[in-house]
Amino acid sequence: MTPNARLGSGDPSRSLVIRRLRKEYVKGHPVLRDVDLTIEGRGITAIIGPSGTGKSTLIRCINRLVEPTAGEILFMGQDIARLRGRALRMARRRIGMVFQEYNLVERLSVIENLLCGRLGYVNPVAAWLRKFPAADIAQAFDLLDAVGLGAFAHQRADALSGGQRQRVGIARALMQNPDLLLADEPTSSLDPRTSVEIMELIAALAGRMGIPVIVNIHQVDIARRFATRIVGMAGGGVVFDGPPQTLGDDRLKSIYGGEGWLAT
Amino acid sequence: MNGDQRAWERFTPRQRMARFVAYFGMVAAVAVSLRTIEFIPEFLYDAPTQMADLFRRMWPPDAKFYPTTVHGALVETLHIATLGTVMTVFLALPVGLLAATNITRSRTLNLFAHFILVSSRSVNTLVWALLFVAVFGPGALAGTVAIAFRSIGFVGKLFAEALEEAAPGPIEALMATGAPPASVFTKGYWPQVQPAFWSIMLFRWDINVRESAVLGLVGAGGVGMVLDDAMNLFRWQQVATVLLAIFAVVVAAEIAVNHIRKKII
Repeated sequence: MTPNARLGSGDPSRSLVIRRLRKEYVKGHPVLRDVDLTIEGRGITAIIGPSGTGKSTLIRCINRLVEPTAGEILFMGQDIARLRGRALRMARRRIGMVFQEYNLVERLSVIENLLCGRLGYVNPVAAWLRKFPAADIAQAFDLLDAVGLGAFAHQRADALSGGQRQRVGIARALMQNPDLLLADEPTSSLDPRTSVEIMELIAALAGRMGIPVIVNIHQVDIARRFATRIVGMAGGGVVFDGPPQTLGDDRLKSIYGGEGWLAT
Repeated sequence: MNGDQRAWERFTPRQRMARFVAYFGMVAAVAVSLRTIEFIPEFLYDAPTQMADLFRRMWPPDAKFYPTTVHGALVETLHIATLGTVMTVFLALPVGLLAATNITRSRTLNLFAHFILVSSRSVNTLVWALLFVAVFGPGALAGTVAIAFRSIGFVGKLFAEALEEAAPGPIEALMATGAPPASVFTKGYWPQVQPAFWSIMLFRWDINVRESAVLGLVGAGGVGMVLDDAMNLFRWQQVATVLLAIFAVVVAAEIAVNHIRKKII
């Protein structure tokens, strides 16, 4: 199937089903209250909601950077919530992640940061000796061109600006050829213009590769502009779920509470 | 809001009382110590004369003694310090990994590693040397192993602390790619702690050069043996040569370490 054919219909094998997902950092005080959510294998799903309402926790439960307390996370025929050790690593290989603070390895070069996206596939000794497969290296240079940083391959990651680092972060996640891309507030540390550019890049590359995206985002306007579906969260549960056109001011009030902050 | 509620004091009355008691205790301890210290004035009055006498016997240093005896021993001392430090790399790395709570998530193993680190540090280099002279016989091998064992505690502890201070973000990102633990270490932790690690090793080498100079006093090789012999034979001019040579090497090591450290960080 060509990437374009996949783009319209979506890939059912890439869909994600979350059932009664619960997370309590402190016993008896759930941050996520039995969340049910189904993400079809296509498009960009934006999760919005006030700070501290469990958006990050939800996204981090999907690849188990946070341990769920209860519930199921069904992806590619497996319940990720139950996986351990090697099986969990195999599942994580299929899920790319972009972080708010980029989380690059600062002292490694840009190209090596990209190749880190292949660590799930490369033998640890080979990775240590920096003997990455030629195909991976070729893909890394291609992706670096795709995010517009072809000239920066051999610079150290700590020499880049915030926007450039996030481009590297995106390229690293896509190096996994993932079946799902998670983005945990990828634009929250960036200026408004760079935020839009970063979201455009995620939308374009994920769209071209047919990868469904789940993104946590604070800027409602950016969510409306890029998302195909918006999930509003408040108090650890889903309070809105629908296409961006249906997200009116009354809905925003129920998500964030109050109304004085809404521009008239 | 009335004035009383807006008043502010650094300490509560209880804390002030506790602080007074602590200070009073310190002053009292000094006063009691001064009364019980065994102070022999005769020795002190005599000291300048004794020191002057010693320096007069040392002067001039015996320059001919350097090429025949001191030089070889000094090179052996540097070998002991360097080889001992290299051995430490291999011994301290695994212990440091076991001691770092963010790498080894087993409380038992952490405690075990800390036990090794504390044991290594609580035994003085000369005592380690005495032990290994008994194992390997007198000579440079005993000194080298003694230096290595003494250094495990220092290097392992500082390495473990560097690991614990590594930024968690990149580690999380590599785990999210499905990387196995070995790769998370070589690509996530190691690049972050590498400068600290080499800096610790250089610092330890610097200390080891100084420590290995005295190992000869217990027969564990190096320039200390020459110093011991010269002192036992009251050849003060030779002693002066050895002391000057050690001083020169320590200063040279210090300069070299500072220079290299600037290059790697």
